[in-house]
Amino acid sequence: MPKDPTSGPVDQTRRRLLMGAAALPLAGLLPKSVLAAPATAAVNTTGLAVTDTEVTVGILHSVTGTMAISETGSVQAEKLAIEQINAMGGVLGRKIKFIQEDGASDWPTFAEKAKKLLVNDKCASVFGCWTSASRKAVLPVFEQYNGMLYYPTFYEGLEQSKNVIYTGQEATQQIIAGLDWVNKTKNAKTFYLLGSDYIWPRTSNKIARKHIEKYLKGCKVVGEEYFPLGHTQFNSVINKIKLTKPDVIYAIIVGGSNVAFYKQLKAAGIDLSKQTLLTISVTEDEIDGIGGENIAGAFACMKYFQSLDNANNKAFVAAFKKMWGDKTVIGDVTQAAYLGPWLWKATVEKAGSFDIDKVAAASPDVEFKGAPEGYVKIHPNHHLWSKTRVGKAKLDGQFELIYETADLVEPDPFPKGYQ
Amino acid sequence: MFDSYSISELGSIFVMQGFAGLILFSVYLLMALGLAIIFGQMGVINMAHGEFMILGAYVTYFTSQAFQHFLPALFPAYFFVAMALAFVASGTLGMIVEWGLIRHLYKRPLDTLLATWGLSLILQQVYRSVFGPREVGVELPAWMMGSLKLTDTIEVQINGLFVMTLTVIITAVVAVMMFRSRWGMQVRAVVLNRMMASAVGINTERVDRLTFGIGCGIAGVAGSAFTMIGSTGPTAGQLYIVDTFLVVVFGGAQSLIGTILSALSISQTQSTLEFFLSGSIAKVITLLGVVGILMLRPQGLFTLKVRR
Repeated sequence: MPKDPTSGPVDQTRRRLLMGAAALPLAGLLPKSVLAAPATAAVNTTGLAVTDTEVTVGILHSVTGTMAISETGSVQAEKLAIEQINAMGGVLGRKIKFIQEDGASDWPTFAEKAKKLLVNDKCASVFGCWTSASRKAVLPVFEQYNGMLYYPTFYEGLEQSKNVIYTGQEATQQIIAGLDWVNKTKNAKTFYLLGSDYIWPRTSNKIARKHIEKYLKGCKVVGEEYFPLGHTQFNSVINKIKLTKPDVIYAIIVGGSNVAFYKQLKAAGIDLSKQTLLTISVTEDEIDGIGGENIAGAFACMKYFQSLDNANNKAFVAAFKKMWGDKTVIGDVTQAAYLGPWLWKATVEKAGSFDIDKVAAASPDVEFKGAPEGYVKIHPNHHLWSKTRVGKAKLDGQFELIYETADLVEPDPFPKGYQ
Repeated sequence: MFDSYSISELGSIFVMQGFAGLILFSVYLLMALGLAIIFGQMGVINMAHGEFMILGAYVTYFTSQAFQHFLPALFPAYFFVAMALAFVASGTLGMIVEWGLIRHLYKRPLDTLLATWGLSLILQQVYRSVFGPREVGVELPAWMMGSLKLTDTIEVQINGLFVMTLTVIITAVVAVMMFRSRWGMQVRAVVLNRMMASAVGINTERVDRLTFGIGCGIAGVAGSAFTMIGSTGPTAGQLYIVDTFLVVVFGGAQSLIGTILSALSISQTQSTLEFFLSGSIAKVITLLGVVGILMLRPQGLFTLKVRR
């Protein structure tokens, strides 16, 4: 049994000690600060891979295939969080051991590997998935075999499951505050909506359009357009933008298309220091490929930027770079992935058990004060309360924080009036 | 959508839109040329075409890094060196692939599809393992960025002009080589009748290897040029492969002029529809049109008479 003290409120500690029958005889001999781990039989009644010294979790991301570009950061963040938690003594006195599986950017593979992690490996929780398509593929697996998934990406909402904790923003958290901000500070009245052609940009733009037309006074959408994934030629739409002269270009373009779009925008002479562009699909990760000189001046609406100035974030960035190299950048989703293991640890300690049902039930109102983005809390709908922030892209590929909401924004995965 | 605009505004938009169509034409033609040689002349379905392009893009990236570190004074001119290196790198890899893989499959042309598709997956993973899964940003010299102001309202992109010029030059070189050089004559002879060509003393193996290498080399140059307008990552080649095949097949696989006209018609349709409708719908209508025409003319727009 590890000798490191586990942190946690006193009353829970007492309960755990009571439950840990095996630990009882020892308890009197140990100094007060050193706590024994509770017995495995008490904290694991459903046959998960938990031993007296170890608990097994899964990491399920694509490290091969098209999505590897995006998911690499999440894997790195999750490994960092697990290492840090282990250095602090682990969860309920048990070190976290992870099994990493590769979803290979292929949705059926994700489902298959999820099943393997739950059925064969009996993982106490899984950190993984990135695209909505992969999440939709594994969701029935997690529900059928009763697993716990911590999903890091900002996404379109319209989903809620007992078996998933969504550590990224759902659509309204990412969209509404940003539109209000651009309307107020840039006096924007006309919006041109752009997106890649799949569920996330379409749902997000639908919410954006509703908000612009219903709630922002005198504002209107002057164009809305979608491009196939992988589209590389944007000159025609750029001409349309020149013709309609919108106050704001609202862009939700993803993947390689993103790079092509910003390069061609720049080449076409649209100066982002004069033309307001607001995006919810470009993080520090994407700028690496786009090139800071092509996107400087654009605004991104996220909940986290690497440049955030607080003690948690400074420690996080330093630890991340120490582990993964000086050149790595940290985007919004990477930070959200980092929250997963920490929130799971806090929830397990609150529940006093690794059992999936108890963890799911204990999730609401679990807090994490050490988050790089600042304080976060799990909502009863299993999404996170978090702030919305607007950053301005700089030449060096980092964002300068321009605006943040005063309070945490409530997650609302099924927004009324926006459907 | 045109009310409340003055005639001159509309005029300049149409000029710029015409220019956008021309850029798209050059891009399509440039990416299709290499494939037109390989597929059209050799009958090899090269699914790894996109990966040969991306090799060129990576070579460009590393050349730009090297110039920044060692020869910052010559940075404005690095792009020309990069294109030459891209041609050599992709061409060499192409010849190696031809020697190791393709030449065993000449009698089974459909199997080349599977083999080169496998090759493309292997190359993608090699790029990912060697260069990292993240996209890299290729920095351009300042003179290649931005646009030329022709009038107050008409602006044309410099990188667009660059791609157009490059396309014209490469097409001209290919045409001259194909129709005026000894190699071109041999290639055409081998295409028409491999046995007979061999019987009259043409070293068909050497011709094949050179042809495949040149096709891949041109793909590398195209990839190098596309770092100006697109992304450079392990799987970025996949973005181009469908359009490339579309252009080559639609044009009639064995005809250079067919490839040119096919690139022209597809790009103009696409960019005009994109302007008046929207991106996804434009693509759908273009593809439907291509499918319809191919049903009527399965050999493509232009065909050569080939002895079969």
